[in-house]
Amino acid sequence: MSDATLPRHDAAAAPAPAAKPQSARSVVGESPIIQAALITVSLAFLLLFLLLPLITVFVEAGARGWSGYREAITEPDAVSAIRLTLLVAAIAVPFNVVVGVAAAWAIAKFEFRGKNLLISLIDLPFSVSPVISGLVYVLLFGAQGYLGPFLRANGIEIIFALPGLVLATIFVTFPFVARELIPHMQAIGSTDEEAALTLGASPWRVFFSITLPNVKWSLFYGVLLCNARAMGEFGAVAVVSGKIRGLTNTMPLHVEILYNEYMSAAAFAVASLLAGLALVTLALKALLEWRYGDAIAASRRH
Amino acid sequence: MPRPLIHRLVHAGLVLGAFSLCFGIVAGARAQTELLNVSYDPTRELYREINAAFIAEWNAKNAKKITTIRQSHGGSGAQARTVIDGLNADVLTLALAGDVDAVAQRSKKLPENWQSRLPQNSSPYTSTIVFLVRKGNPKAIKDWGDLVKPGVQIITPNPKTSGGARWNYLAAWAYAEKAFNKDDAKVRDYVAKLLANVPVLDTGARGATTTFTQRGIGDVFLSWENEAFLALKEFGPDKFDIVVPSLSILAEPPVAIVDANVDAKGTRAEAQAYLDFLYTPKGQAIIAKHFYRPRNPEAADPKDIANFPKVDLVTIDAVFGGWAKAQATHFGDGGTFDQLYKPAR
Amino acid sequence: MAGRAAAPSAWRRPSVLPGLGLSLGITLTALSLVVLIPLAALFIKAASAGPAEIWAIATSPRTLAALRLSFLGALFAACINAAFGLILAWVLVRYDFPGRRLIDAAVDLPFALPTAVAGIALAAIYAPNGWVGALLAPLDIKVAYTPLGVMVALIFIGLPFVVRMVQPVLEEAQGDIEEAAALLGASRLRTIFQVILPPVLPALLTGFVLAFARAVGEYGSVIFIAGNIPMLSEIAPLLIVIKLEQFDYAGAAVIATLMLLLSFALILLVNLIQARARRRLGDV
Repeated sequence: MSDATLPRHDAAAAPAPAAKPQSARSVVGESPIIQAALITVSLAFLLLFLLLPLITVFVEAGARGWSGYREAITEPDAVSAIRLTLLVAAIAVPFNVVVGVAAAWAIAKFEFRGKNLLISLIDLPFSVSPVISGLVYVLLFGAQGYLGPFLRANGIEIIFALPGLVLATIFVTFPFVARELIPHMQAIGSTDEEAALTLGASPWRVFFSITLPNVKWSLFYGVLLCNARAMGEFGAVAVVSGKIRGLTNTMPLHVEILYNEYMSAAAFAVASLLAGLALVTLALKALLEWRYGDAIAASRRH
Repeated sequence: MPRPLIHRLVHAGLVLGAFSLCFGIVAGARAQTELLNVSYDPTRELYREINAAFIAEWNAKNAKKITTIRQSHGGSGAQARTVIDGLNADVLTLALAGDVDAVAQRSKKLPENWQSRLPQNSSPYTSTIVFLVRKGNPKAIKDWGDLVKPGVQIITPNPKTSGGARWNYLAAWAYAEKAFNKDDAKVRDYVAKLLANVPVLDTGARGATTTFTQRGIGDVFLSWENEAFLALKEFGPDKFDIVVPSLSILAEPPVAIVDANVDAKGTRAEAQAYLDFLYTPKGQAIIAKHFYRPRNPEAADPKDIANFPKVDLVTIDAVFGGWAKAQATHFGDGGTFDQLYKPAR
Repeated sequence: MAGRAAAPSAWRRPSVLPGLGLSLGITLTALSLVVLIPLAALFIKAASAGPAEIWAIATSPRTLAALRLSFLGALFAACINAAFGLILAWVLVRYDFPGRRLIDAAVDLPFALPTAVAGIALAAIYAPNGWVGALLAPLDIKVAYTPLGVMVALIFIGLPFVVRMVQPVLEEAQGDIEEAAALLGASRLRTIFQVILPPVLPALLTGFVLAFARAVGEYGSVIFIAGNIPMLSEIAPLLIVIKLEQFDYAGAAVIATLMLLLSFALILLVNLIQARARRRLGDV
């Protein structure tokens, strides 16, 4: 049952079927030549659009050697950008986990009117241009915005400060956790929980010892993707950051600034950290699929 | 199993409370003295050195130390917008008076007569617009008239967002007015042809420099003089040549204190001293070193001054009747830029 | 809504499970604070322009050109992604070759790689002096700083959607029916188009719409590689930023609202496609 609006990232849902020997289906399959052609086309496409940019990042980052690289990523502004990025993600991701789990619980376990609308609203930030996600907070919290005078009177800073960065990041990553969990929880159903409740378990106990363990892998996927996007967000954050060096510059913004200062090696050095994060994310995800593929599939077949 | 309404309200309240607590903590004031200088694109290198020199000088004389001067850079218009939207800048060092005017009018954080508060129209340095061409000048570009030749690709940022580009546009316009004896139809025709030769319109001066120098696009780059010298310094004089046109415009990038912000933060003395520092001999020497034309050339290293070619410079007040008028006539919605800009397909 | 909950069956089906109030409360509170109230501010701002001005902004040639580029560019990129994504998913599911799992993992790269990083990397590769750009330059094909550059960036960010939507369905689809069709004498092409692909279609369509929706609003990767020329290579999100930088808040809000309405329509469309596909499969 695929209700996912976001892709499900669960190649493991069906346990590694491609491992089946091809010869067993001699009546179906394509001729080896067509196979080779299709594989070549796919690989060329991937190389051109995916791998080349990745390789470029690392090649350009290494352009000034190891010492230049180390200098670029240990320079104070870079360090503060890294720290800020981690801090923003450390607030935004847990927030979205709590909300995502709550939303998935409400949507997957209950039938109520307006559910489809709610699902679509949760999905909305996903298709909203990042620029718009920044713009809405400027319109709301900016000095000329609807709440601007009130915030100013009370000395509260939201945009061009940490809260604005966090809000914009939460906005763009809002659907990630919920959209991973909802289809999985729907597929599992609620018979386990109902049984436990009937046997007298407390609701929180049911949640923590039955529901959460059942969906832990989907949750983990959601967190991984949410985190990757949170650390890498550019458009939304650019609008609300004010770009103050050492204070409100996140890593992606710092990349842009360095790029604009003719320090392209340094820009790519910081970019390579983000690319490295992306690779770790993918590796973790792949590892989980290989190692626990059967477990995930089993829990989904539940 | 419906719960009483009160439970729901309590839950909602808890979530709301936690949410606002997050913001409350972050909103706490910072203790050390920091200044925030909101500037435009090409001044990054200049203010890095100015800031270090000023902090050293200030801290040697004063008990209340300045720990950091923060910098924010971007397109001049974009930077003005962030200050209007509430960025707590102590000082503005933008590309043109029009952008500071916009901050004054829209945010009311500084008085409208800000420009008369510091010497020389509040511009401690000036610059102008020159041409950066590829080594050996293969397209033989000598003056503004050569820019409209067919097949010449011009790189300039978007005048709607970049201060430097507005100076470019006005310099071209001033040249055309002189060359065609104020024949309005011919002037417009010239500017339209020039714009038709522009293949990439970056949002800021720095992006345009990158496009020309690092991406290898275009034959001539209409550039701030300082930005052109910087490109020679960064990429080597064997790659580009600077061409000085027969006429250009006197660009006066202004500096100003944002009164409401410095008063709220208690940093007025520091901010004032910071801007005054730009006018001191030491400040002027650093300015010349970074290829801006100092107001007081005697203070600077003669070698730096020798860099600056002699150009016939017109002022915006003489030709265009000041920024407010130029902005409305040329860059407002439906202004001459909107009328004349028709991208080549 | 909470008040009406006192009569349970009025708006929801009864359930023995607890926690609807709490979970829905958290969801709605967060949704309102983070998404709905800010979006409402956008609508109010856009509406403050007045109908005549809204119409003028929405139909100005520059707005139309930017929207056209964003939409046609996204549409084109989504088509490329649908075609190559389908082939890619097919290859990953059906064939075994060295490095298959590595490739499989790499497909998600655009999800994980920050868009700004992708943007500068793509610009560096496809500029006339870059690795690919230098190969294309003698053929007089310019990619970076042209509308073609916009497509490249949009293809990059949309690629995983189609693959990841189609892959699981292809995995389930293989097997007996296909063999039966072949044994009954259907040609391979006919089997593919009449037996294998029809069940894949809703997933393909969903992936297509998602790639499209994502591409329409994309900003970070595009601005580095597009020439940003008004009327030619200026995307709608950039126009919003430019309006904002000219202090034209209402103008920015109007364009943003137009894009937003479209985004919402697309998301509804996706959910509709999936609901219909589910119903047809009798899966509910």
